[in-house]
Amino acid sequence: MSLSNEQVLRVASLARIELTAGEAGDTLAKLNGILGLIEQMQAIDTSGVAPMSHPQELSQRLREDAVTEPDRRDDYQKTAPAVENGLYLVPKVIE
Amino acid sequence: MSRNDWEVVIGLEVHAQLTTASKIFSGASTAFGAEPNRQACAVDLALPGVLPVLNRGAVERAIRFGLAIGATVAPRSVFARKNYFYPDLPKGYQISQFELPVVQGGTITIRVGEGEKSYEKRVNLTRAHLEEDAGKSLHEDFHGMSGIDLNRAGTPLLEIVSEPDMRSSAEAVAYARALHALVRWIEICDGNMQEGSFRCDANVSVRRPGAPLGTRREIKNLNSFRFLQQAIDYEVQWQIDTLEDGGTIRQATVLFDPDTGETRVMRTKEDAHDYRYFPDPDLLPLEIPAEWLERVAGEMPELPAAMRQRFIDEFALSDYDAATLTASREMAAYFQSTVDAAGMALAKPCANWVMGDLAARLNKAGLEIADAPVGPQQLARLVTRIADNTLSNNIGKKVFEALWNGDGGPSADAVDTIIETQGLKQVTDSGAIESIIDEVIAANQKSVEEFRSGKEKAFNAIVGQVMKASRGKANPAQVNEILRRKLGG
Repeated sequence: MSLSNEQVLRVASLARIELTAGEAGDTLAKLNGILGLIEQMQAIDTSGVAPMSHPQELSQRLREDAVTEPDRRDDYQKTAPAVENGLYLVPKVIE
Repeated sequence: MSRNDWEVVIGLEVHAQLTTASKIFSGASTAFGAEPNRQACAVDLALPGVLPVLNRGAVERAIRFGLAIGATVAPRSVFARKNYFYPDLPKGYQISQFELPVVQGGTITIRVGEGEKSYEKRVNLTRAHLEEDAGKSLHEDFHGMSGIDLNRAGTPLLEIVSEPDMRSSAEAVAYARALHALVRWIEICDGNMQEGSFRCDANVSVRRPGAPLGTRREIKNLNSFRFLQQAIDYEVQWQIDTLEDGGTIRQATVLFDPDTGETRVMRTKEDAHDYRYFPDPDLLPLEIPAEWLERVAGEMPELPAAMRQRFIDEFALSDYDAATLTASREMAAYFQSTVDAAGMALAKPCANWVMGDLAARLNKAGLEIADAPVGPQQLARLVTRIADNTLSNNIGKKVFEALWNGDGGPSADAVDTIIETQGLKQVTDSGAIESIIDEVIAANQKSVEEFRSGKEKAFNAIVGQVMKASRGKANPAQVNEILRRKLGG
């Protein structure tokens, strides 16, 4: 399996990464290299092996349901480019 | 061709906000109505270096739900990143579950319609998974900018996905209502639809009976049962009209506009999100050992389906009565307390009062049953006084109204106080009733003649006069009997 230039541009757009034509070509070559590696690995019989979702053989630690975070809005908003009425302001986006 | 030539296929996705005090991956509060961003901590804001830590309370609520619908609660489930860019999602991904959700399968039995035409149906669930909510974007005028409130970001949600098992908007609404009642019953969600605690998305398609599934369109964010019904009805008609006019349905996400009653396209399949799910490396697999399941199972309340069956078996109620009384946990608890106080033999009149006069009065006053001014102990005493012939049913309604207005105080004794002070005790002394009847007969000779010449209606008129003369207190059965004897009827 190998990717097309178009697919690379689509993935880049989804990830909001801007690529020049040259960069897109480089990226295509790199990604196809990785896909080649995966293709080799797929030759191995993994039936009966559960898919790994995390490299560590541990399970998730849980916290008790309690409110532990104080209101630190004023601190957090000091680093925001624009705030008003307690809201963070961003360029208008309407879906 | 008509609507009957088409089969409607509906599946529902419901987002139920869980009733935890803190967020699913942070210790910020989930309380509704705070000033913007006062409950958005570093984790919710996705500041660099923060890590999510899973809330045990959210997991436990998912377990309760799984047990309540007879689903498999996965001993091991996995959190995944759902990637998309929007300003109210500061991380650039939502933490959700994809391939291995915490709740798998399960069923909910629904009752569709009312009365004799109603029917039962089992709806299969695909899954329910834990995820975090996004923040809110406010598009009012901030000098051409949008305002972002991240208080809601990270609020725990259980997304409950049904199979495409519903065949009409009525079935979809019945399912949504049953689910709504259930999540409130097991106290995992407050069900407040105005505040967005229970939001429905409907996947709708139509097909010729027996044909493969048609192309579906998804109606997003329906926050009332009425809108759910209206949106589906409009969408179904639109799809049928489109197909019958020779058109095709294109897969799309649509929004319902309550003002026009129409659905309109938000995005089509071509520009559908490609979420690029992958396991979240910040979170280890969630393991739920059998002991935890057993403990939660031991703490579950009696579920509506079981309680309904018990009401039928123990109290000899009809299926309809039992279903109505278990529509909400509050109503079931009220009825149970009433029967506990009045005795099992009076279960049916208790049911009638709860579903009849009490429900109507609550409805008129816009009150919930938990806030009813007439308590179960009082209602039980009232039912008892009617059963032991102290009150006629009609005068009982007067006493109920007096209780509602707070006469006689909050205890059950208020019933007896009202009967005493307002002189409402039913007259069952046949001598007293007879003398009233004699007076009425003497004063209404015309009616008496009419009755004797065969007009049955005239008899009722005389009974009415007797009841009036006794100010409603004469026992109606006795009045009937004595009057018929006296008139030789």
